[in-house]
Amino acid sequence: MTDMIAKDGVEEETVEAVKSLSGEYKYGFSTDVEMEYAPLGLTEDIVRLISEKNEEPEWMLEWRLQAFERWKQMEEPDWAMVDYPKIDFQDIYYYARPASMAEEKPKSLDDVDPKLLETYAKLGIPLKEQALLAGVEAPEGERKVAVDAVFDSVSVGTTFQDELKKAGVIFMSISEALKEHPDLVKKYIGTVVPQSDNFYATLNSAVFSDGSFVYIPEGVKCPMELSTYFRINAENTGQFERTLIIAEKGSYVSYLEGCTAPQRDVAQLHAAVVELVIQEDAEIKYSTVQNWFPGDAEGKGGIYNFVTKRADCRGDRAKVMWTQVETGSAVTWKYPSCILRGDDSQGEFYSIAIANNFQQADTGTKMIHLGKNTKSRIVSKGISAGKAQNTYRGLVSMHPKAANARNYTQCDSLLIGDKCGAHTVPYIEVKNNTARVEHEATTSKVDDDQLFYCRSRGMDEEEAVALVVNGFCKEVLQALPMEFAMEAQALVAISLEGSVG
Amino acid sequence: MLNIKNLQVGLEEEEKQILKGVDLNIGEGEVHAIMGPNGSGKSTTSYVLAGKDGYEVTGGSATLNGEELLDMEPEERAAAGLFLAFQYPVEIPGVGNMTFLRTAVNAQRKARGEEELSAGEFLKEVRAKAKSLKIDADMLKRPVNVGFSGGEKKRNEILQMAMLEPKMCVLDETDSGLDVDAMKLVAEGVNALRDGKRSFLVITHYQRLLDHIKPDVVHIMADGKIVKTGGPELALEVENNGYADILAEVA
Repeated sequence: MTDMIAKDGVEEETVEAVKSLSGEYKYGFSTDVEMEYAPLGLTEDIVRLISEKNEEPEWMLEWRLQAFERWKQMEEPDWAMVDYPKIDFQDIYYYARPASMAEEKPKSLDDVDPKLLETYAKLGIPLKEQALLAGVEAPEGERKVAVDAVFDSVSVGTTFQDELKKAGVIFMSISEALKEHPDLVKKYIGTVVPQSDNFYATLNSAVFSDGSFVYIPEGVKCPMELSTYFRINAENTGQFERTLIIAEKGSYVSYLEGCTAPQRDVAQLHAAVVELVIQEDAEIKYSTVQNWFPGDAEGKGGIYNFVTKRADCRGDRAKVMWTQVETGSAVTWKYPSCILRGDDSQGEFYSIAIANNFQQADTGTKMIHLGKNTKSRIVSKGISAGKAQNTYRGLVSMHPKAANARNYTQCDSLLIGDKCGAHTVPYIEVKNNTARVEHEATTSKVDDDQLFYCRSRGMDEEEAVALVVNGFCKEVLQALPMEFAMEAQALVAISLEGSVG
Repeated sequence: MLNIKNLQVGLEEEEKQILKGVDLNIGEGEVHAIMGPNGSGKSTTSYVLAGKDGYEVTGGSATLNGEELLDMEPEERAAAGLFLAFQYPVEIPGVGNMTFLRTAVNAQRKARGEEELSAGEFLKEVRAKAKSLKIDADMLKRPVNVGFSGGEKKRNEILQMAMLEPKMCVLDETDSGLDVDAMKLVAEGVNALRDGKRSFLVITHYQRLLDHIKPDVVHIMADGKIVKTGGPELALEVENNGYADILAEVA
């Protein structure tokens, strides 16, 4: 009975959320904590400083310096359909951390500066172990979510450590992992996204300051959802986090990632790298709700989000599912990809990208089919409003040995108003004749008749838009874990406020 | 209940007058029918009452229990108790019928300062009402009007009407595209909502719907005006002689 309601896609909670929020970017506050910055700009010394602050092993520093040398030779890519002022990479702080985290790292969450905890509480993120994600009541009683919270450049704490340890799961910040499990990090880092992969990934390799590390041992089904919340607080600071998740044979983990930043006039840079390693019969579900500050209604400020995410299905029957809801950022450049190396491995990509006002999004995925009978599925929903530009860019590549590989791509764009744009750029490479690729694309507008119909039944204009858009996104919203789906629906509604009329 | 005085309406986009002074008074619990040839302004009347864009009201008024409808947003009219059953119900892909209904019911309750219905209460009510309209669980789960047959769409309109419990129901050519059985089902749904207080305005081209939904008053509309008003026998006259005779008689 309740099942039926849950599956209907749009809940009344969406509508309530819209009502209860002012329509402004609600995560736009900043926290007044004493910060410790590295000197402005990027030099070899800064790279050394970051490595030293994190007390890293020597090999890590070498690796970073190697990346830095390469990065200096590289040029910023310009092929994406996004337009922004040239970034001065010497006018950015590459490291910022709350002063209270400086000398002696807090031993437990109880020692963390209360102001930081307050920030996370304000964001609705439960650092206290009994709390649940985003204040949403879990449907099946006590559903637990372990959280790693990253504040500017450093992780401020990870919850449920002990319980995870019992299951053999390692979930900690990558800086801690470098101290406690250096061999594991060394074995896998850079093996999915090589140091020299692209301009931003190489930059990240040189200056990443923190991020999350997850290791699921063979045969273990992670007992709870794992999640990381990234928060950019300091002004003029870049955030470069690195996430590494390893799922050994037959293991399973669902990982959620959420991001917010304060409202500032000056654009800020975020260049993350996420690497997923999936062995035989293992499965990773990776969900993102990205709500970085998108800039104001005139297009001032916001986060430049240049992210490299890739999953490597190394073993046979490995499975990965990327689900993303991208509502924030001034500029988004992001293509979570799947390398389907193992035979019968599967990659799925579900995406909602919303661009309003002056936001620009160039996002999509790459499905690289290397193994036999590999399968991939892409469902992309792009929504453009205001003067925003939204591009889907996707590659499906079927290699000669990928016999009987299958791909299905569905790419839908929805336009609200007449000053925005939607673009679809599919690249398809097929090098064997048993592979099959299907591509469907549609573009539609939010229809005045639909809105009138909803309003004549009593919904106000914004409820009506939220309802119609959530309907459009349904297939993707359904792919999200329950707690996130609610949040995502509310976000969809909020990020489109003021887009009609 | 509904009082329309000298309502004059043109199109926003072009110089064209469609309603040229419509007068209509519907009392509490009454059922009125408007009949008329194509292009006489029947559907425009219903759209203007509900607040659809694209029309310009150049004169007159329309009040519901004394409140001026024409100054309100469409959703405010709905909360005030007006309901329009569409001639062409709109499809909303991805939005479950049940979700749509619940959002609508609660939006109206909220606007009126009433408590929202809980999931349980809502389900119970919708199930009972759907049953009498032969709407099965599957139809409640499917996206709003998507892939519905003509009859299903119209039954769905009546279900919405039953759930929203409006004071004044306007049915715009609800019989169009329906076979006799489907029409009977819809008419039974409407009749079940007649409680002596709720009022109805039934807009139709043909008399046959009025065999099933018996009107108290029948109006004939032509060229943007009500040209003749009478009892149920007026509908039969149209059925037997067509509109031509009546129009000639009033001209």
